[in-house]
Amino acid sequence: MANSRIIIVGGGLAGLMAAIKSAELGMAVDLFSIVPVKRSHSVCAQGGINAAKNTKGEGDSTFKHFDDTIYGGDFLANQPPVKAMCDAAPGIIDLLDRMGVMFNRTPEGLLDFRRFGGTLYNRTAFAGATTGQQLLYALDEQVRRFEADGKVTKYEGWEFLSAVLDGNRRCHGICAMDLRSMQLKTFAADAVIIATGGNGSIFGKSTNSVVCTGSAQSALYQQGAVYANGEFIQVHPTAIPGEDKLRLMSESARGEGGRVWTVRDGKPWYFLEEWYPKYGNLVPRDIATRAIHKVVYELGLGLDGKAAVYLDVSHIPVETLNRKLGGILEIYEKFVGVDPRKHPMKVFPGMHYTMGGLWIDYDQMTNLPGLFAAGEAEYQYHGANRLGANSLVSCIYGGMVAGRTAAAYSKNNAKSAEAVSSTVFEQELKRQQELNDALLKGQGGENPFHIWKEMGELMTEHCTVVRNNKGLRKADEQLVTLLERSRRMNLSDRSSWANQTLAFCRELTNMLQLARVIARGAEARNESRGAHYKPDFPDRDDANWMKTTKAVFAPDADEPVLSYEAVDASLIQPRPRKYDIAA
Amino acid sequence: MKTIEVQVKRQLTPDGESYWEEFSLPYRPNMNLIAVLQEIAAAPTTKQGKASTPITYESNCLEEVCGACTMLVNGRSRQACTALVDKLEQPIRVEPMSKFPVIRDLQVNRQRLFNDLKRVKAWIPIDGSYDLGPGPRMSQKTQEAAYPFSHCISCGNCLEVCPQYNDETGFVGAAVIGQVRLLNSHPTGKMNAHERLMALTGPGGVHECGYAQNCVKACPKEIPLTEAISQVGRDVVIESVLDFLRG
Repeated sequence: MANSRIIIVGGGLAGLMAAIKSAELGMAVDLFSIVPVKRSHSVCAQGGINAAKNTKGEGDSTFKHFDDTIYGGDFLANQPPVKAMCDAAPGIIDLLDRMGVMFNRTPEGLLDFRRFGGTLYNRTAFAGATTGQQLLYALDEQVRRFEADGKVTKYEGWEFLSAVLDGNRRCHGICAMDLRSMQLKTFAADAVIIATGGNGSIFGKSTNSVVCTGSAQSALYQQGAVYANGEFIQVHPTAIPGEDKLRLMSESARGEGGRVWTVRDGKPWYFLEEWYPKYGNLVPRDIATRAIHKVVYELGLGLDGKAAVYLDVSHIPVETLNRKLGGILEIYEKFVGVDPRKHPMKVFPGMHYTMGGLWIDYDQMTNLPGLFAAGEAEYQYHGANRLGANSLVSCIYGGMVAGRTAAAYSKNNAKSAEAVSSTVFEQELKRQQELNDALLKGQGGENPFHIWKEMGELMTEHCTVVRNNKGLRKADEQLVTLLERSRRMNLSDRSSWANQTLAFCRELTNMLQLARVIARGAEARNESRGAHYKPDFPDRDDANWMKTTKAVFAPDADEPVLSYEAVDASLIQPRPRKYDIAA
Repeated sequence: MKTIEVQVKRQLTPDGESYWEEFSLPYRPNMNLIAVLQEIAAAPTTKQGKASTPITYESNCLEEVCGACTMLVNGRSRQACTALVDKLEQPIRVEPMSKFPVIRDLQVNRQRLFNDLKRVKAWIPIDGSYDLGPGPRMSQKTQEAAYPFSHCISCGNCLEVCPQYNDETGFVGAAVIGQVRLLNSHPTGKMNAHERLMALTGPGGVHECGYAQNCVKACPKEIPLTEAISQVGRDVVIESVLDFLRG
């Protein structure tokens, strides 16, 4: 009998780790990615990866990492999988070290660790300020080794369009588009793992890469996959505003002693240090973001009256900066033209990460049997707010679990996959081809790029730092209008070779549907928790809202329907989240 | 009105003829070339008023760390994301890289680079992805010397400017040699240094380098590529002699 076959969609950290695990378990792996996997968005992660190795005599433990993660996430994450992740983290660091990641070292030659937001411990391993890049390359190299051995087949330059589901909504493969020939094709597999990352493009400008549209997750949601906690969007406190995107200035700048300030009465005012004496500049991201928002919009103390504050590392010795933060300081210098070693950097919060994603169980499987998810594309590990340097560990851990559980599922379900009728593949291919044909023929006069811009501005205004129900209602209504307009799009490129406009239009429609999940989820949740902040409901409301939002697409109404599921808080008793007092 | 003038070399298919198109955009400060290409995509009309199509190009992170958006800007091979309009001479002339087959417009096929990474076995052959305890110790000095090489973003700038990088020589080029230098200096990677060095002995190996030293100037990450080539070149010679003596 042939090997079981697993399809992995997405070649970032989660997808590559899942590929390594599945290939190691004897699966034949087909790996799909829009970009060559080495160019995936994981390269952008800068500061580091958390693991409680307790190498600095601070009494750190994996339980404290677990507690910080749950507390930082404002008690919205299911606790058992988060605990399992934190317990696995030290082993993950060791594995990456064995793969050759050039982590920074101590004088004794051991791994060095630094501090990050939302913790009082030095638990973040780092490779300069380019940790995500180094980690992605290590996994990329291992997958290339499997590829050379014929155990992994890469489909780079292919875009996932949909899952192939049978009448019982069991997943048997995918439909994908070759971004050169624009040909559609279906691929069969015993299990499919979705590792397609975040959805920053829904907000127009974000810190995310171009491919982070959330299109795959949205397509699956429209096919019946449950999307969880969509309203939880992390806005990173320190991004560099740009014409084409917002560029991240890593939290590691503060981890290494960087200070946030603005000018008040002609003097520097270190407002984070004043408001949060214990954590100072290293409060969690949602807290720092709201503080900057308040300083700029409520107190009117933005630099030169503009939406910016200073992030200052100029007091740190240049040699230390180059060794520990070189990569990110270069980014600032290259894009802004000012040397941050000498002058404070101008930053402002920017959309960065989605805590929400495809709903999965503790085995990383979605509600559609045979369809798994890992990494930022799913919702499991960060609750209402993600701590810095936890994304890399969650991607790798989720990929490990999904690789293993998808392989086990494949072995147990191989027969049913072989028995599946070819009609389900043909029907899905036909459905997708019709969508392409309609777009290529469209004569409606709507410009997809204008719709995208309007969506981005709408979502940034109403669905980021501060939310209120009137604005959210308006946002959803306008999204419906934009969806209607998107059905009358007119493509300026109708060719059938490397047509990036066609691919973009497919993504855009999916982004609009997912944007509604975010807006509706936020409107319904009348409380403030983690990154979700409503001034009209300023407190966390555990009695009514300590529950996961589950959005299901209702095809006839063409809209999300929300239901809720209790959070598994079986390990740590919820407590108020207060970083401004000594806990 | 102040404008941004751009000339783009276009080609609709791999076998198609190339041609130039001119675009004129209203000026805004702080734009990079990516922002310009995005504006053209939203309103693809040439300076002469002819309806055109959005320009196909590769991009992803827009932070000069994914290596996708390499192209020739005013004749220089570089990343489009860090090509700031305010620092460029106009009209800005944009062309695809010349050393790789054009797919469409500014998008080229750089698969050869990834194939060459396979050729030199650019990985550490770990026993398995299980929890097998910590990795080897490494001095700060070793880490600091190796770290720059781990920054290689596979953008291909060093290959575009290399006179020896062509189909005739089959030269793997500086980027790949840099990875051999990186992996061979790692305490575990060292164990397989022999295989990587021997992979650089045949046609296309390190001896194809003509010491033009263009690579190190073109590298956006300032990787000491010529240093890697010298060192790997030496190691390849020693390894070949030893290999010969060992029979």
